Amino acid sequence: MLDLTGKNALVTGIANNRSIAWGIAQQLHKAGANLGVTYLPDDRGRFKQKVSELVEPLNPSIFVPCNVQNDEQVDAAFETVKEKWGKLDILIHCLAFANKDDLAGDFSTVSREGYNLAMEVSAYSLVQLCRAAKPLMTDGGSVVTLTYVGGVRVIPNYNVMGIAKAALEMNVRYLASEMGPQNIRVNAISAGPIRTLASSAVGGILDMIRHVEEVAPLRRTVTQEEVGNTAAFLCSDLSSGVTGQVLYVDAGYEIMGM
Amino acid sequence: MSQEDILKKVQKIVSEQLSVDESEVKPEASFANDLGADSLDTVELVMALEEEFDIEIPDEAAEDIATVQAAVDYINQKAAA
Repeated sequence: MLDLTGKNALVTGIANNRSIAWGIAQQLHKAGANLGVTYLPDDRGRFKQKVSELVEPLNPSIFVPCNVQNDEQVDAAFETVKEKWGKLDILIHCLAFANKDDLAGDFSTVSREGYNLAMEVSAYSLVQLCRAAKPLMTDGGSVVTLTYVGGVRVIPNYNVMGIAKAALEMNVRYLASEMGPQNIRVNAISAGPIRTLASSAVGGILDMIRHVEEVAPLRRTVTQEEVGNTAAFLCSDLSSGVTGQVLYVDAGYEIMGM
Repeated sequence: MSQEDILKKVQKIVSEQLSVDESEVKPEASFANDLGADSLDTVELVMALEEEFDIEIPDEAAEDIATVQAAVDYINQKAAA
């Protein structure tokens, strides 16, 4: 059954106990994976402290800073993986950023800088991390990223992040094609709206959640744990024939037309 | 829940979230000016308060909650509604 014993899994994007990445890390741990965790370093070191306290019960054997806008830091993180683990089996990509001003109101007001920033941190970062992970995934591997239906259809206020998610989903397909011969699978989970530190920046996130609770077939949105379970499935041999896909974990919302 | 109980709970959450001593979290204290909260801290704080009191604090309301007392008043009014 679902067993990740002996698998080395690097999880990015944990900011606090609401993070979807945290839900994923917990399920991978439960399935027996050996965890590595990256955090976003900041001047006051608060992510470092908070995240390290949070993940301590999961006994991560790697805990390193990784700001994807800093190439040296990314290289150093994967160098640590290489030194400590030798090989990598699982990469969890839960990274996205846009200026709060660009996540409300008219989409066309987004600046060139704001547009590029969202694309760089939210879409290019997957390419960047896969490039670094590929040589370490010598026994094959599984990469999972997080996307949102706002990358396929228009969700008010999601704006530039929708464009970034569209690019991210296409990255998944190109990367899956490139890395497939090495038995590295690349998939995305399109989760229903969840209140997280990141989603709090999106204008009207609470209204989005309420709308899904009214309309989705299951009449609710989803939890971090549910996304984590699906991620564990995508990282396990149970999904060995699945790659390049966007799997909706959204209580069925995506199928609805009205 | 009485105003006093709400205040105590809010003080505890604020001190944890902002890593400041509970004695500094006076009712009149401003999150940004007195307790050193930046925008990220504020978002985390709002989410922690939502969780503790099982309420929703929309963005517009969150922007108006500048002090500990303002948070207590908002929660009190929400709880009564």
